[in-house]
Amino acid sequence: MRQWTWREHPLGAVIPEAATADHYETGGWRSLRPVLDREKCIDCFFCFIYCPDSSVMVQEDKMTGFKLQHCKGCGICAHECPKEAITMINEAEAKGLETCAADNKDGA
Amino acid sequence: MAKTVAMVGTDAVAEAMRQINPDVVPAYPITPQTAVVEKYAQMVADGIVDSEMINAESEHSAMSAAIGAAAGGARVMTATSSQGLALMWEMLYIASGMRLPVVMANVNRSLSAPINIHCDHSDSMGARDSGWIQLFSENAQETYDNVLQAIRIAEHPDVLTPVMVLLDGFIISHSIDRFDLIDDDVAKAFVGQYTPRNSLLDAANPSCWGAFDGLGGYFFEFKRAQAEGMLKAPAVIREVGKEYAEISGRRYDYFASYRMEDAEFVIVAAGSAAGTIRTAVDIFREKGLRVGLLKLRMFRPFPQQELVEALSHAKAVAVFDRSDTFAGDLGGPIFVETRSAFYEAEKRPQLMNFIYGLGGRDLPMSLVNQAIEMFKDAGSAEQKKRIVYLGLRD
Repeated sequence: MRQWTWREHPLGAVIPEAATADHYETGGWRSLRPVLDREKCIDCFFCFIYCPDSSVMVQEDKMTGFKLQHCKGCGICAHECPKEAITMINEAEAKGLETCAADNKDGA
Repeated sequence: MAKTVAMVGTDAVAEAMRQINPDVVPAYPITPQTAVVEKYAQMVADGIVDSEMINAESEHSAMSAAIGAAAGGARVMTATSSQGLALMWEMLYIASGMRLPVVMANVNRSLSAPINIHCDHSDSMGARDSGWIQLFSENAQETYDNVLQAIRIAEHPDVLTPVMVLLDGFIISHSIDRFDLIDDDVAKAFVGQYTPRNSLLDAANPSCWGAFDGLGGYFFEFKRAQAEGMLKAPAVIREVGKEYAEISGRRYDYFASYRMEDAEFVIVAAGSAAGTIRTAVDIFREKGLRVGLLKLRMFRPFPQQELVEALSHAKAVAVFDRSDTFAGDLGGPIFVETRSAFYEAEKRPQLMNFIYGLGGRDLPMSLVNQAIEMFKDAGSAEQKKRIVYLGLRD
């Protein structure tokens, strides 16, 4: 990939485009992974509101899971969930069951 | 018609700000800058200006708010002094790094310890590598003129770099001085409307400011690009100075020369000391000694080539510094820069450094005379000293 020279960068390092983080995996250093128990979930969206990385996915008024491409495993969702429907599990163990790439694909 | 007024130096800053009428003024009071903020807050309260005044809880917050507002596309001004400038430290680099044309008056005051509220240049000198343009003023007139010009310099598309206007604490800031104000409409036309190149508040064209450079991404390239603003600043500062002369009759450049044409002995100084030195120059001229003064206005960027040219015919140069670098016998900051500027020069004058006036210690004529008597023999067997603490109880 050809990299920009110093003359090509926008002045002041401004990125003249929104939501560019969407292009990158920022959840790669997660050590704990949130897992949803759909049976307990009441779709109150507390997790959605509290998630600092907008990694909680919602579709048609239903909490549908986590966007692991961006989730950093902070556990705030599990802490805030009034129904204890979210469990934080060890990422390494989770990776033994499925690959991260597959998660990212699901989450993208 | 210009209006002649008698006001203190802090009023000179506030009056220029009134004419500029910036969108946002975040500030925190600190002696001796307080009077600037007080006066401006009064103008806001009286509806004379329509700036959004933000009373921040610290200087760190004041500069943070200035950065946020400037990124939002606002024309932003503030003022500080001493410890306040020190508390702005990390934010200074962010303002210059994001190329935000914030203009700030810094009322020069010493840095602790021990606590001292009076003038020296150690506060702004500490920020000399923060990527801000720094312009010194000799009196209230120059302070006022510098503030108006600073807006044009900072916002110039080739520059887009914040500017610090420096005025000596108490000596300028709290002394009543006679100076001329340009007519409001002329001043307003001179500074013009500010059109930011992009704005965080422009929802139709969203942008990201101050993004994280992951691992070896673009930081290095970006810093080199930042240096370009400083490299292009001198031409703009000169151009704005010429344009300002047309409306004010007062000419500004990188430095001002006084009786330099045939001067063999030259004093380089910045700030209010220039007035005293100018009188000393006259006295020594009457005695037949060819003395001159080079009053430095633009310290950042440093006009090294022009300075060397202007001083090349001198036998000896005395650099007056109102701060120290504490770098182990290296001298004050202006001396260090001047000496460095001469490295490639074919003709190098004898250079001496006089560190004076720390913590507001007065610089009476007798001390300037003493310095001239010393440096006219610089380099001789009798005068081997290079760095002198002038007026120190020794």
